[in-house]
Amino acid sequence: MAINEETVKQVAKLAKLEIEENDIHKFTTEIDSIIDMVEQLEGLDTEGVEGTYHGISHHNVWREDKAEKGTDKEALFKNVKTRKNGYIEVPAMFDNGGSEA
Amino acid sequence: MNLETVIGLEVHVELKTESKMFSPSPAHFGAEPNTNTNVIDWGHPGVLPVVNKQAIEFGMKAALALNCKIATHTKFDRKNYFYPDNPKAYQISQFDQPIGYDGWIEIEVNGETKKIRIERVHLEEDAGKNMHGEDGASYVDLNRQGTPLIEIVSEADMRSPEEAHAYLETIKQLIQFTKVSDVKMQEGSMRCDANISLRPFGQEEFGTKAEIKNLNSFSYVKKGLEYEINRQEKVLNAGGELQQETRRYDETTGGTLLMRTKEGSSDYRYFPEPDIPNLEISEEWISEARESLPEMPKERQARYVKEYGLPAYDAVVLTATVEMSDFFQETVEHGADPKQASNWLMGEVSAYVNSEQIELLDTALTPKALAEMINLIADGTISSKIAKKVFKELVTKGSDDVKVFVEEKGLVQLSDPSKLIPIISETLDKNEQSIEDYKNGKDRALGFLVGQIMKQTKGQANPGMVNKLLKEELDKR
Repeated sequence: MAINEETVKQVAKLAKLEIEENDIHKFTTEIDSIIDMVEQLEGLDTEGVEGTYHGISHHNVWREDKAEKGTDKEALFKNVKTRKNGYIEVPAMFDNGGSEA
Repeated sequence: MNLETVIGLEVHVELKTESKMFSPSPAHFGAEPNTNTNVIDWGHPGVLPVVNKQAIEFGMKAALALNCKIATHTKFDRKNYFYPDNPKAYQISQFDQPIGYDGWIEIEVNGETKKIRIERVHLEEDAGKNMHGEDGASYVDLNRQGTPLIEIVSEADMRSPEEAHAYLETIKQLIQFTKVSDVKMQEGSMRCDANISLRPFGQEEFGTKAEIKNLNSFSYVKKGLEYEINRQEKVLNAGGELQQETRRYDETTGGTLLMRTKEGSSDYRYFPEPDIPNLEISEEWISEARESLPEMPKERQARYVKEYGLPAYDAVVLTATVEMSDFFQETVEHGADPKQASNWLMGEVSAYVNSEQIELLDTALTPKALAEMINLIADGTISSKIAKKVFKELVTKGSDDVKVFVEEKGLVQLSDPSKLIPIISETLDKNEQSIEDYKNGKDRALGFLVGQIMKQTKGQANPGMVNKLLKEELDKR
């Protein structure tokens, strides 16, 4: 097995996915077979081949530093469930430093 | 147990661009909440983030100022995490190909110079701002989200809170000179996290580290690290074991509090950002960025000493900030004597700025006006006493032409003998006793007479000239 049930649970937790306990075995087997398939690539001789980081070979796609007005707030806030004084209201965040910037 | 402190710092610096790192929404402070943000920042379906070229160049300049090598192949990666201050649920950052790497800076602690290595400088985007209410809710403003940032990661080369403090001061100074950021900790454009561990002296392997967040001022960095050294020492000396954890500095107690035990970086599931093609940085672009860097503090100091004959102390004070250093330079270019310019900037100007709690550039004083005033003192047009009055005017209201200003206000020093002699004669006529005292060798009489003449001219008489003429007139009597 390339992956175990513990890892599947952990990945689901990080991705905020709820998985029923009796589905875990099924997902583990399925993910394992996907990994197996991808692992066939290990059999290829990649000696001297540079790593690929991107699917397209374009590079240096950028824009000049010009500011444009933000999107209309009311339009953006259509996806905001609760608001107060112009802020997005969310359930109290336990200050666990989740912000990583 | 005799323990050695090991500190590494992660410093975030906001880049001063017009627009955001990956979207054209404005990267400015002070706007109404959630107005400087757009669909790209919110990660709506179908949007495409595009790199801000200026941010790349700013990041490159900062990295060069920290003596980093610049990556010619570089790319962006996704760092995945869920938190309301980043609606995309990932941050675009750089993982294994940072724009800058292998840098170093020199710090000075207690007169000793030490080199601190910089592991990497990478580009990323800032998160939004959260406010924690007391009503069971938090409030999010996404104006800051997406603002270009660089993260500067040092090697674990610091051995005391003092060294960490000096490192931060030096980073701030160097970045400030490049003008790519305001680097103000109090405004959040510079932020710091610290990694700290202890180990027995002589041991090569690092001890278990704690990461401390929320060190939002220079003094918090020092206090937080001092607290943490104490805490870890106690655990280790009692034979206990530390766990790797993230702690938060609490400014009300000056201590640190446990936030969470550290997850591994694999929890962030980094992968190459598919929306942004790779970057190739040409050697020409790197040379251009290097050449566009202004003269750095160390070089400026050396030049001030060599070219202008300033004391080393003056050179250090004048280059503490780029504003001060540029102001000094321009004042000299407007013809002021460098030592006089230095004296005024370090003296009256600094005193004014400190007492008013404002920035040098927020005063009405210009380098040209300061130079004109210094030259008017040098050629005797105004006395140094009057100059203090003139200075007050220049720093609060400003003037386009100081010479015209002092003439209009009648502040020009009176040096003309044909105007001074009648005043001197008149004063002598009124003070027969002083003439007698002077003749009897009482020097104080001379001082008294000078004082009377200064009073008569409302302080405008040139004291040197008055002294000379007064002696001549006394000798005639």
